Amino acid sequence: MLGFSRNDMKKLIALVALLIIGGLVLFGVGHTNSTKEGYSLTLQEANKNKILLLTVGSEPRTLDPQQAQGVTEHHIIMAMIEGLVAPSIDDQSKAVPGMADHWEHNDDYSVWTFHIGENRKWSNGDPVTAEDFVFSYKRMLTASFGAQYSENLFILKGAEDYYRGKITDFEQVGVKALDDHTLRIELVGPTPYLLSLVQHDSWLPVNPKAVLSFGKIDTRDSKWTSAENFVANGPFKMKSWRPNDVIEVVRNPLYWDAGNVKLNGINFYSIENSNTGERAFQAGQLHKTDQVPLDKVPYYRRRHPDLIRIDPYEGVYFYRINVARKPLDNPKVRLALNLAVDRDAIVKNILREDQRPATGYTPPGMGDYQPLNKIAYDPERARQLLAEAGYPHGKGFPKFTIHFNTVESHRAIAEAIQQMWKEELNIDVSLENQEWKVYLDTQNSKNYDLSRSGWIGDFMDPVTFLSMWTTGNGNNNTNWGNPKFDAFIEQAARTGDPQARLDILHRAEDLFLSEPPVVLVYWYTNAYLLEPSVQNWNPLVLGNHNYKYIDLKAEREPAK
Amino acid sequence: MIKVIVGRLLQLIPVLGIILTLTFFMSKVVPGGPFSAERQATPEVIAKLNAYYGLDRPLWEQYLTYLGNVVRFNFGPSYTYQSESVNEVIARAFPISLQIGTLAFCIALIIGVTAGVVAAANKNKLWDYFPMSLSMLGICLPTFVLGPILALVFGLVLKLAPVSGWYGLNYVPFHPMIMPAVTLGLFYAAYIARLTRGGMLDILSQDFIRTARAKGVPDHEILLKHALRGGLLPVVAFLGPAFAGLISGSFVVEKVFNVPGLGQEFIKSVFNRDYPLILGTVAFFGTLIVLFNLVSDIVQALLDPKSRK
Amino acid sequence: MATGTASIEPAPIRADELVQGTSLWKDAWFRLRKNHVALFGLYTFCTIALLCLVVPFFTGYTYEQTEISLKASAPMEPIFLRTEARKAGEPKKSFIALSNLEDEFLEKSQSDRKAIVAKIAEGEVYQEGRNTYQRSSQRHVFGTDPLGRDLLTRVLVGGRISLAVGFAATLVSVCIGVLWGATAGFAGGKIDTVMMRFADILYALPFTVIVILLMVMFGRNFILLFVAIGAVEWLNMARIVRGQIISLKNQEFIEAAISLGLPSHRILFRHLIPNVIGSIIIYATLTVPNVMLLEAVLSFLGLGVQPPLSSWGVLIDEGSRTMETSIWLLVCPAIFFSLTLFCLNFLGDGLRDALDPKASKD
Repeated sequence: MLGFSRNDMKKLIALVALLIIGGLVLFGVGHTNSTKEGYSLTLQEANKNKILLLTVGSEPRTLDPQQAQGVTEHHIIMAMIEGLVAPSIDDQSKAVPGMADHWEHNDDYSVWTFHIGENRKWSNGDPVTAEDFVFSYKRMLTASFGAQYSENLFILKGAEDYYRGKITDFEQVGVKALDDHTLRIELVGPTPYLLSLVQHDSWLPVNPKAVLSFGKIDTRDSKWTSAENFVANGPFKMKSWRPNDVIEVVRNPLYWDAGNVKLNGINFYSIENSNTGERAFQAGQLHKTDQVPLDKVPYYRRRHPDLIRIDPYEGVYFYRINVARKPLDNPKVRLALNLAVDRDAIVKNILREDQRPATGYTPPGMGDYQPLNKIAYDPERARQLLAEAGYPHGKGFPKFTIHFNTVESHRAIAEAIQQMWKEELNIDVSLENQEWKVYLDTQNSKNYDLSRSGWIGDFMDPVTFLSMWTTGNGNNNTNWGNPKFDAFIEQAARTGDPQARLDILHRAEDLFLSEPPVVLVYWYTNAYLLEPSVQNWNPLVLGNHNYKYIDLKAEREPAK
Repeated sequence: MIKVIVGRLLQLIPVLGIILTLTFFMSKVVPGGPFSAERQATPEVIAKLNAYYGLDRPLWEQYLTYLGNVVRFNFGPSYTYQSESVNEVIARAFPISLQIGTLAFCIALIIGVTAGVVAAANKNKLWDYFPMSLSMLGICLPTFVLGPILALVFGLVLKLAPVSGWYGLNYVPFHPMIMPAVTLGLFYAAYIARLTRGGMLDILSQDFIRTARAKGVPDHEILLKHALRGGLLPVVAFLGPAFAGLISGSFVVEKVFNVPGLGQEFIKSVFNRDYPLILGTVAFFGTLIVLFNLVSDIVQALLDPKSRK
Repeated sequence: MATGTASIEPAPIRADELVQGTSLWKDAWFRLRKNHVALFGLYTFCTIALLCLVVPFFTGYTYEQTEISLKASAPMEPIFLRTEARKAGEPKKSFIALSNLEDEFLEKSQSDRKAIVAKIAEGEVYQEGRNTYQRSSQRHVFGTDPLGRDLLTRVLVGGRISLAVGFAATLVSVCIGVLWGATAGFAGGKIDTVMMRFADILYALPFTVIVILLMVMFGRNFILLFVAIGAVEWLNMARIVRGQIISLKNQEFIEAAISLGLPSHRILFRHLIPNVIGSIIIYATLTVPNVMLLEAVLSFLGLGVQPPLSSWGVLIDEGSRTMETSIWLLVCPAIFFSLTLFCLNFLGDGLRDALDPKASKD
């Protein structure tokens, strides 16, 4: 086969061995250097040095606020970029000054003026100006930049036209720098919840100099977000970013309120596996996890109630129903499916994190909006409805399928609901799990019967939940539509009086739930493990903490 | 010999070409795009993003552009890691997997070959069944079971190793690569042990061994000098791809110990439909496979003098 | 290295002669019967397979019947019946395990709770509001999973899937792998190069992509499952067989056979492959567990078993995540899985010895 001499072989073996060992030594040396950087901290040391160690789940895709899409990104960006206003310490319906020192609005909440404080600075020393915000919003609305959340800014006058290229002059868009420190925002309609809205990533400012020195206004894969180049204006600035491991941020001395920042730094670890996160917490490597493994919740609640925290969270878990398919086009059938689900049993026995059975779509905690109490477990009525729809005792009901993406809790819930429908309604359902992107594709192409879904609110207003159900909305995906519902949403957008507005939204949701294109399951909570040494980590429905308030108490020993 | 090796290395080019072509078209056919998300961006935004990354052009044009870039060793930007290129992702993640993989390989080889030799020497006796049963544990406890067990025992109970993370953590005695390497190594050790035992028994029943015994060659010499050489043939054939697999990382082990290695990029790139990263990792793995299969073939030739005729 | 064989007694030729009758297999079976460990493996394995086939009909539970208030109860844990009176219709019955019984009376003080639970455990019927509690005779030998399903039934039904997948896919991979490797190794030269580079290519292609593609194109289909698994698992087999064949084909007896002018396929099937049967069996027994675990990965991607059906791979995967709180969810499927593997390996070793054409001289 191969022609060798004995000498050749020996040389070859030696060469291969040398290569392997050499490579190993080389990389090993690189590694030892990195360990000397000194961010190997035990919990006690971290408490003493006031460095918060927490996990945010998966690795952030970007730290550019205008490209960020998820909660993970947002929780890290919050530490470094501050918007016009910032979250308060314990009440998410209120806002505290951020870059804006104070602000005012006209009577119907459609024109807002923000006064940017004189002492606001970027971490590179530049002052934060109203122009920076104008630049940031222009970047968001530059179509070629492809920001996923551009739509959020369409409530600015003229923003949609600019985005679509109908106007090319950004001057005509409803955001103006009256001077260096005054930003005026003109909106298409009354927006009483603007202060909550501007805390979202899509409304955060970026430093124009930093962005433009690494590309154009619409460059996506820019290096300005790397650890060396990131320019922050928040309580912290970036120190290092090791993908899939840790992002370190340290105190930003140029932050306007630096005197009130308690921590010296935060390490954001990306730990995707919830079991690994829980082990890291037990081993004293973390102050806080982002979740608790399902089976561990009862354990912690019984044995270590001081370590587990369960906060309300603004989200709803439901199944989308494809109303174009028979017999799911019949509202009675859809209602029957809803009434035959024993939500209480699911929440108490499977999830066990104090989730509340969803009796309406919009979860509680949305300011003054009272959640509806319309859907409850009522198997008798469900059977009756099904009979009225022409399927007494489930006779002749065609078999349909629940689609879900492969996650343990989704599977457990689907299996439980499958049994409930079988028992209460005598109808057969099959289950199909799919890989995440295939599942999204199935859902977006409406190629399903029932599809697992969830929705997390972006800001503190029921609109963040209800507007997705207008006819043909990109996130509707159920083929459901009702002109009356659309009219309500439209009307709410034009109503300046906050209470009247909420009433209209109430009526919209009531209509929605009378012919539900969804099977409601539960309203989210957010369960996580937290070291008692962490101070001021208050329950917040959006889960967005203003890190400048967080403190660490040094005494306590790590958890056992 | 040089000629043979150069010839094999030249085969890399067509092999990689076919791998990349197949992967390119397969990954484009798979449903779901890089920019789909639970919260659907408007079709407009998706169109803009596709335009930005050139995904709106005809497939063949994308393909040719891609090949053109690959020839210049430019594998493009990653969609998942927005500020990194594919080359940068591989360059930062591979060294970590290489360290873990090499250590795992050594563990597997030492444990596996020892167990195999001991078992073969004591065929159908206690010292055959004992090491073989022990090595079976490596298979009965797959990595996703063994990993968490080791993390619990060595990380939480004995506090010898970190349970998560790669950098720093010098307050525990074990380096973060040890636990992942042991988890992986034990799994492969089981394979090596069984293959070694089988291969050696094949040789031990051959005539020349009988002759050697009759001539009075001591047992250990027969075992280690003659039988081991031939007995390792199936092991070496197995080790080529196994080594390539080990040093390119394991998704499961990296998730269990939260190690930022390359293994997760293979899987996550597919889940994210991060086309450039899929292609980049596949090309990288393909190269490793061809290289280490070549090494494995050479070692087989060295072990087996007859095949060198 | 000189082989120093003065008396060449090419054993395969002997085997060749034996092929006339069924005596090769008879011979092998005779030898196997003398190997007690292998026989033990064989019988145990048959028992497991039989259990999987038959017992689920007699456990009294189905693999899909949920009892979610029961949650994950430990093996043989006492179980209690809760009857909840309803305004209309039948009262609702549900089952609760001993460890969760206290949680029913959370509004009471801790000592009261303990007392109530003790009373009910002793057999007393206890009423609390609309609920009545009493002991139930129900038992789950292996406990229940988090949805309150009988684990024994689930493990056994899952075993049917795993055994079927394990053997069918292994068979596919062995057939392809042995033929491919033997042909490449025997032919050598350009054919060998092309065939082995083809294997390299298959090796490098991303498995996840292939699986998702298969699923999208053909839907869920068990045959496809075997194809998908078989398509990746034969590569190692081919490499191992090829390596052995290359080494064998330069040995004297094969050279003799070639010089005698025997046709290639005859040399391949009669002389070469029987001589590598040991490695084939060993790698095949290693493929079975690999395939069973791979099936769990396919299930994750949506191609494998669909809930509420399960398999050993899926059960072990789920169990590994809850091993700190409910270890039996891992241990029970793992015991069946491990036992099967041990049996297979002992049986494999025995078969290897029995089929070894040279072994009869020992």
